[in-house]
Amino acid sequence: MEFLKQPWPWYVGGPLIGLFVPALLFAGNKAFGVSSSLKHICAMCVPADISFFKYDWKKESWNLFFVAGILMGGFIAGQLLNGQHPVDINSHTAELLKQNGVKDFGGLVPQDIFSFHQLLTLRGFVFIVTGGFLVGFGTRYAGGCTSGHSIMGLSTLQWPSLVATCCFMIGGLVMTWLILPYLLQL
Amino acid sequence: MKNLKYLIAGALFGIVLVKSEVISWFRIQEMFRFQAFHMYGVIGSAVVVGMISVWLIKRFNLRSVNGETIVIPKKEFTWGNVYGGLIFGLGWAITGACPGPLFALIGSGLPVIAITLLSAVAGTWVYGLVRNHLPH
Repeated sequence: MEFLKQPWPWYVGGPLIGLFVPALLFAGNKAFGVSSSLKHICAMCVPADISFFKYDWKKESWNLFFVAGILMGGFIAGQLLNGQHPVDINSHTAELLKQNGVKDFGGLVPQDIFSFHQLLTLRGFVFIVTGGFLVGFGTRYAGGCTSGHSIMGLSTLQWPSLVATCCFMIGGLVMTWLILPYLLQL
Repeated sequence: MKNLKYLIAGALFGIVLVKSEVISWFRIQEMFRFQAFHMYGVIGSAVVVGMISVWLIKRFNLRSVNGETIVIPKKEFTWGNVYGGLIFGLGWAITGACPGPLFALIGSGLPVIAITLLSAVAGTWVYGLVRNHLPH
C-alpha cells in the first residue's frame, strides 16, 4: 500500500504501460490507442453529415469504455492513492519556468494557468482551449497520438508511426523552445 | 457486458498514468527541455515491452481470449503523419497532455481540463470537416 501512494519511477510505469499493448490484443484484438475515442465522440454526438463521421461508432464502443475507464482510474489514483502532490522536477526546469512567470508548482499542472478562473484570461484561454484544439486536430490528422503511434505503432514496427513520433517531438520542441516563453508571458 | 473488461483496463491504465506522473505538465516540459530522463524512460520501456509482447504473440501464434488470430492493423503512411504530427506536437507542449492524460487529469481532480478535452473533440471535428482540403 505504501508503494501505491508513492510516485512510481519510469521503470515501473513504462513497462506497465507497454503491457496494455498485448492486454488489449488478447482481450479482443483491439489496437491500443486513445485519440480515436475523440473521433467516436464526434460520430456519436455531432456527425453533422460529415462523411468522416459517418460510420458505425457503436462497433468501436470498446474505445469509449476504455477512456471512461481512464477517467475513473485518474480519480482512483488522484483522490485515493495520493496522486495530487508536487512533482519532483529538475530544478533547472523549475527555475526556467519561474522566470517565465509560472508560480504554482503544487500539483500535476500549474493551476495559475489551468483553472476555471484563468479560462477568461488570454493566457488561460490559449493554454486550455487552443492547446486542446491543436491536440484534437493534430492527432486525428496524424492518424493517432502518443499511444496509437508512439507505443502501439512503434511496438509493431510500423515506420509511419516512427515518422509521426518524430514529428510530435519536433512540434513539441518548436513550441517549448521558440513559442512557449512568449505564451507564458501573455 | 462485453465492454466491462475495457472499462477495467482503462481504469488500470489511468492509475498508471497518474502514478508515473506522465500526465504532469511539468514532466512534459522537462522532456522537451531534455532536463530529465523520466518521460524518455517511460515511453522507451513501454515500447520495448510492447515490442517483445508483439514478437512473442507472432512467434508463438498466440490467440485472443475468444480464440481469434491476433491481427495487427497496418498503418499506411500519409503526409498527415507529418503535418498532423507537427500540429499535435505544438499542442502537446502547450497542454502538457496527449489524449489519454486529458481523461486521467479530469478524473484526478482537475475539472477544468474537461474544457481542454472538449476543445480537442472540437479540433477532431474540424479536422473531419476540412480534411478533404488538406494535403495527405
